[in-house]
Amino acid sequence: MSDVEETEGAEGPVAPHRVIGTPPPSPRLLGSTAVAEDGGEAPVPPEEAAVEHIEGLPPEDPRVIEHGKRAERVVAACFTFAFFAGCGFVAAYVGLGVHSVDKVLRSNLWLGLTLSLALLSLGLGTVIWVRHLMPNVETTEERHDLRSDDKDRQAFDQYFRQGTANSQFVKRPLVRRTLMLGTLPLIAAPIVLLRDLGPQPGTSLRHTVWSPGRRLLVQGTNQPITPAEFSAPGSMITIVPDGYEDDQDALTKAAVILIKFRPGELHIPTRFSGPTLIGTMNWTVDNIVAYSKICTHVGCPVALYEQTTHHILCPCHQSTFEATTGATVIFGPAPRPLPQLPMTTDSEGFLVARSDFTQPVGPSFWERG
Amino acid sequence: MSDTDFDVPKALSGTASWVDDRFHTARGFRVLMRKVFPDHWSFLLGEIALWSFVILLLTGTFLSLFFVPSMSEATYHGSYMKLNGIKMSEAYASTLRISFDVRGGLLIRQIHHWAADLFMAALIIHMLRVFFTGAYRKPREVNWLIGIGLFSLGLLEGLFGYSLPDDQLSGAGLRIFEGVLQGIPIVGTYLAYFLFGGPFPGHDIVPRMYIIHVLLIPGILLALISAHLFFMFHQKHTQMPGKGNTEKNVNGQPFFPYFMAKGGAWFFFIFGALVLLATFAEINPIWLYGPYTPVAISSASQPDFYMGILEGSLRVMPAWEINFLGHTLSLSVLIPFALPLTIVLGGAALWPFFEQWATGDKSWHNINDRPRNAPVRTAVGVAAITFYGVLWAEGANDVIADKLQIPLYTITWFARVLVFVGPAVAYVITKRVCLGLQRKDREELLHGFESGIIRQLPDGEYIEVHQPVNEEKRAVLEAKPALALLPGPGAEDPNGVPAPSSRGIMGKARAIANRAFAESIPVEADGHGNGHDGNGHEVTGGEHEAVAAHGSAALPAAEGEEEE
Repeated sequence: MSDVEETEGAEGPVAPHRVIGTPPPSPRLLGSTAVAEDGGEAPVPPEEAAVEHIEGLPPEDPRVIEHGKRAERVVAACFTFAFFAGCGFVAAYVGLGVHSVDKVLRSNLWLGLTLSLALLSLGLGTVIWVRHLMPNVETTEERHDLRSDDKDRQAFDQYFRQGTANSQFVKRPLVRRTLMLGTLPLIAAPIVLLRDLGPQPGTSLRHTVWSPGRRLLVQGTNQPITPAEFSAPGSMITIVPDGYEDDQDALTKAAVILIKFRPGELHIPTRFSGPTLIGTMNWTVDNIVAYSKICTHVGCPVALYEQTTHHILCPCHQSTFEATTGATVIFGPAPRPLPQLPMTTDSEGFLVARSDFTQPVGPSFWERG
Repeated sequence: MSDTDFDVPKALSGTASWVDDRFHTARGFRVLMRKVFPDHWSFLLGEIALWSFVILLLTGTFLSLFFVPSMSEATYHGSYMKLNGIKMSEAYASTLRISFDVRGGLLIRQIHHWAADLFMAALIIHMLRVFFTGAYRKPREVNWLIGIGLFSLGLLEGLFGYSLPDDQLSGAGLRIFEGVLQGIPIVGTYLAYFLFGGPFPGHDIVPRMYIIHVLLIPGILLALISAHLFFMFHQKHTQMPGKGNTEKNVNGQPFFPYFMAKGGAWFFFIFGALVLLATFAEINPIWLYGPYTPVAISSASQPDFYMGILEGSLRVMPAWEINFLGHTLSLSVLIPFALPLTIVLGGAALWPFFEQWATGDKSWHNINDRPRNAPVRTAVGVAAITFYGVLWAEGANDVIADKLQIPLYTITWFARVLVFVGPAVAYVITKRVCLGLQRKDREELLHGFESGIIRQLPDGEYIEVHQPVNEEKRAVLEAKPALALLPGPGAEDPNGVPAPSSRGIMGKARAIANRAFAESIPVEADGHGNGHDGNGHEVTGGEHEAVAAHGSAALPAAEGEEEE
């Protein structure tokens, strides 16, 4: 370890003996003034000074020297390459503009290429440096017991008892208990403070913005639609409620799919949930049915419709609904059919809602019942 | 004159002296510089996670300079012409701006996303390494728990991070998250409304996720990582079995300069690799997904890979829902949401304590186990990987169905069965493989390895010459720990009193678990080291009669006993 030559003198900071013309001894890292009394080695504790095995050939072996020279050149080449790659990165930043897809791709390519080459050659140079220039040193360290020795543990125990006794914490239960009582409300405070993060759900999950007479608009064009305009059997379109075409909060519950069937294909049985009617042929118009687009599993839009099988598929978790029989579940994790929107036509012949959905749309929730 | 005799620049020595005069640093750094770090490739896995985290902090800071965490509506007029004039949130518009109008923005965004994926992947692989080598054992249980905490927080951090741009894909993910929250009994709808500031999607979620993503969770992660590194440093790193390695020492290279330089190089390599990925492998092209709207979705929507297990669990689950006293209990959401991660992460958290209980081993372990030498642990680990893997793959069942032309529902049914059968089969096979490898180890130790040299004996018989293993290999093979067997179920002492540890149901369970853990092929030829005196051996050593013929004198008594 520390084989820095010590000054010879015995007392204090005596100027070192040195022959005129030789270079002064190198200063210590910490500018040492305190030299060990006996003029010997600096007091490095033996357990750290210990065991360093340098493996391989001795450093003065010509093969080692030759190998070192070669490795040095390779390392330097790596670092120099990193320098040029880094300069290239700056040049690419300055020289290559963005503001169009093609330019962004070109800029991304050159910035990324130069940056990665700079980083990788720095890494490569460093590894070659460690493995081929540094001597292969193996050191051993002793592990000490993590458990404190008995003396310390006893002292700890004693001080703890003494301190606790001094604090009177055990002896005066009134202080102890009122302290705990006093802090209790403060523990609840952070939770109380979070109350205004949002409104209470109330019954809002049970309703959507659909109301009697509200027109069904085709998503995208936002135009009302008549049964005659939606006449191709097997097609499916997405419907948004009139007045809420861009209202994301409303659409999250109110989005609807409209499916047209050939005559005779659609057989929606009349179904009740308790006293509430939840599905019937009477809510369809001219073999067109409207179902909620929000999956009853966790609320993804059920966007896939297979014309030949009349299956509606949720692309998120593959709940599959039979469109001809009231969107009943035939596979997957959705627990119940897609709610049916009661539908009729208004005086101008456009499709409108008869009412809101008669049951909550979308995923289950505790209060749903 | 030696290499150490060189001039330290005045600036450096002056500064070091100045600092030490004030902070007493020389003592601490003296220890730090000589700190020994054992060398093994698998010890670099955790470092990948560490450096990925550093890169995440660097790139994330850059992104936060340009990202606008707001859901206010804006009409886009930027460089990406296909979305020109489209209404979208400020968050989405600013992400487009980062991608197309900030020089280097796309690169940094993609490095950030790749680094997040690498962070989670490195955590998983690092945890598997720690598990399979038993590096979580005393005294390192707390660091193991911190690791599980880091992984759990990483899941949430990732989910919130990739949801920030408010694009179609991540919006769908957020909707699923909200739908799952709603399903939680009693408090679910309140949780959802409080988190989102009202009905989904509202206008609050992006700024809220933003502050959680850039301040709260990274702060906790940073604190946990610091604690993790401090404990690792303080308790000293484990080492692999090998020549000269004991429970009481640690062999390797000192921190300064070796580990420092290697660590630095590793950082450059990881950063460089991430930049390469970001340059050539497009990730999360949000401009293709479009801004979020609750009425649209694209097929084959996949979350980032670390969310795959949750996605797959939701997909594999049948439609179970019950009405509980007039309330809806949505099991088809709650079970996949809570159970698989609880099994994997909760099981991992409890495992070190279960193992201590089952083996009765309370001693500290600084030498890692070779996975084969802990058959039960390894088998449980592989079973857990199988469980996780089935659910993870099921998260992409639609892609598998599409690419491999297998019916979708068939895949889901297959996964429903495999998620139960797979882990059981994996356990049995892995345990047998481990014991088989132990036999091979013993064979090598006792009779050397197969040299490939064939010799003809005078009587015409051909034999293969076995050569003794070298010292290094021998040290590794002999490092096999022998587990002491606890008293068996209902075991009694000579007076007919049952052993205290085997009483009661827990005692019986413990004895059964203990017998499973203690199943082992003893390596030591002199008979003293097998640790359980021949009782309770479940050695299936039938194929080793040939061994007996060669090295008969040295074989332990246990060889002939077969209880199976």
